[in-house]
Amino acid sequence: MAHDLTRSNRAGWLMALPGAALIAAFIILPFFLAFAFSLTNQRLVSPNPTEYVGFENYRNMLGLAVFTLEPERDADGKAVRGADGEIEYPRLRKFTRGNPDYPNLRNKREWFGWRSGENRVVVLASDVVFMKSLVNTVFFVLVVAPVQAGAALGLALLINQKLRGINLFRAIYFMPVVVSIVVVSLLWKFIYSPGDGLLNNVLSAATFGAFEPRDWLGNTSTAMGAVIAMSIWQGVGFHMVIWLAGLQNISPTLYEVAKIEGSGRWQTFRYVTWPGLRNTAVLILIVITMQAFALFAQINVMTQGGPLDSTQVLVFQAVERGYGKQDISGGSAISVILFLLVLSISILQRVMTRERA
Amino acid sequence: MNRKLALAAALAACLPASAMAQTELSLWYHGAGSANAEEALVNQLVEEFNAAQSDWRVVIETFPQLAYNDAVGAAALAGELPDILDVDGPVMPNWAWAEYMRPLGIDEAKLRGFLPGPIGRWNGEVYSVGLWDAAVAMTTRRSTLVKYGIRVPTLDAPWTLREFNDALRKIKVSGDFEYPLDLGMAWRGEWYPYAFSPFLQSFGGDIVDRSTYQSAEGALNGDAAVAFGEWWQSLFENGYAPGTSQDAADREVGLLEGEYAISWNGNWAALPVVEAFGDDALFLPAPDFGDGPVIGAASWQFGVSATSDHPEGARAFIEFALRDRWFSAFSDGTGLIPVTSTAAADTKNYAPGGPLEVFYELSEAQALVRPVTPGYIVQAKVFEKALADIANGADVADTLDAAVDEIDADIARNRGYGH
Repeated sequence: MAHDLTRSNRAGWLMALPGAALIAAFIILPFFLAFAFSLTNQRLVSPNPTEYVGFENYRNMLGLAVFTLEPERDADGKAVRGADGEIEYPRLRKFTRGNPDYPNLRNKREWFGWRSGENRVVVLASDVVFMKSLVNTVFFVLVVAPVQAGAALGLALLINQKLRGINLFRAIYFMPVVVSIVVVSLLWKFIYSPGDGLLNNVLSAATFGAFEPRDWLGNTSTAMGAVIAMSIWQGVGFHMVIWLAGLQNISPTLYEVAKIEGSGRWQTFRYVTWPGLRNTAVLILIVITMQAFALFAQINVMTQGGPLDSTQVLVFQAVERGYGKQDISGGSAISVILFLLVLSISILQRVMTRERA
Repeated sequence: MNRKLALAAALAACLPASAMAQTELSLWYHGAGSANAEEALVNQLVEEFNAAQSDWRVVIETFPQLAYNDAVGAAALAGELPDILDVDGPVMPNWAWAEYMRPLGIDEAKLRGFLPGPIGRWNGEVYSVGLWDAAVAMTTRRSTLVKYGIRVPTLDAPWTLREFNDALRKIKVSGDFEYPLDLGMAWRGEWYPYAFSPFLQSFGGDIVDRSTYQSAEGALNGDAAVAFGEWWQSLFENGYAPGTSQDAADREVGLLEGEYAISWNGNWAALPVVEAFGDDALFLPAPDFGDGPVIGAASWQFGVSATSDHPEGARAFIEFALRDRWFSAFSDGTGLIPVTSTAAADTKNYAPGGPLEVFYELSEAQALVRPVTPGYIVQAKVFEKALADIANGADVADTLDAAVDEIDADIARNRGYGH
């Protein structure tokens, strides 16, 4: 095999050359450039020379500190309480800004915190926006991967029947995939519109006016959920088709045997369909995971990462920094972190789903 | 050989005589597919310039606005910038610093009587000049103000902070409108620094310390800025203004349809208001929040690229355009503000007694250009995010501190941006 590829296959190599050259120029080269840029102070627009800065970009993004705030105390040493009975703490900016006693807190910002007795423990980050986008991205993947894969399998089972007009349903489920994600995002922005948007209208009609209209994308508690729901709706048709291909690859004789043996619906699924879909399942899981990590267009069109960073995600931040703020090195560093994240998760998935020899 | 020469001669004879001696100059323009007459007017300007002299022939290439800045950046990397560039006012220092542009070298006497916004200066030299400016006003109806007993402010006596808050409260309490004030929060992007940083400046703060342009400390997170931030947040907490999730369609028609009582909007949106409300339409100056009333200034302008082989030709074209005749033509075609008072007198909308006359006065009296620094592009983004976050309930002082840190870090990374 190996010597066929290297020796007597000049025509084959020539035919592969244009494609290989394009991939090298537009995928492999930029990939290595991203690594290189992330170690420099490369800007999009600048007359200053580019310099090697080591891991500074990564340090600026990943810096963390934990700090315990003690309450303000009155003359008796009792914690001062505000009008609402809550303990009052000194402002963090006293420690983080120009305070030589706390060099490790310099220019860091509160990421999250909790109460511990009378004290308040605060976790500070150099780059809170990055941290939030990291957490949001992982959350998005954790929800979307299983839900979208499951919903797609459900749809595939539904349309894998010999019924009159089944192609119509296949087309309808597949339609959102064909429409550009940007268009879909714009449409859903209208659907989620506060006040008299479509979703609010439908819900209040369905509940005879009992439902209070919501600002779906303007509220920190609903914005990410709204983006997730819309993303699953858009992507589910594509994976449905892959599941369908897998389903149709399972030999009908297996189903016949199961029927003759008196197997019920669930048993047929559990012992015939599911094992037959094993490779499809691995493929779908990995593909959805990678696609979900690349979440960008929905955020760019619908929320711009807001409100209050509740929909901030990694790719959006990479673009925002690289192009919006002309900081190519910062954007590259995010891309590298994203790459390492996706790579390690994909390897993990592959190891976990490997057939035991 | 002879036949080839004859052919060339025959071809040359077919060309208009003037084209033979003319050197070609390229011009890039951002307004492809613009809804109004802007694109047609730029083409007409180019044609007349080409016909009016025999040295230069300008060839125009237009881009959609959204792709324009990227195209210029890519062209600069590839060393293929055009001779004449069209540039958004606040972006100009960035391009000048990055050596995309060179000083115009124009005789400054020719700029006498101009509004301040359309003249783009960087490091003491004029780099770009605009044929128009834009202005923002509190747009409302006289009948609305009368109904709620609100004083009609003037340029000399604009609303004070307290008066403005009282006005919003009165309208809110009446329940007649969905929101008393429409700030245009749906327009993410440059609108935020353009329209809202003047509020901050009127409170006494700024996006960056303009004395050195080396830090935002104190300007963007000092007492004045925090007071601005608290007020800004109160607008949304009190339900005075729709927040960041405002529907873009409501922004366009909310005032006309009676959803909003007052709209903070530009002169480009003024004509429909005049058509809808006639004499009842009011365009009011920005409130004075303590440090004088301020509105933003500077729109798109023309400049010469650093790599042009014929800067004298590019300059000739720009000087050709700097005439009242063109200022009036662009103003009539697009609704934008002409840059001289003599040109204004010659326009439909800005002539004495014209429906938009007040905008010329606003530009003259209240306009302040956005920070003139190459770092503005980053600072505008940081400011936009800070205002969106504060509107959504983020802690004011912490958010402004974070914005200052980000701006200062960016300035340091760029070695002070050449100031």
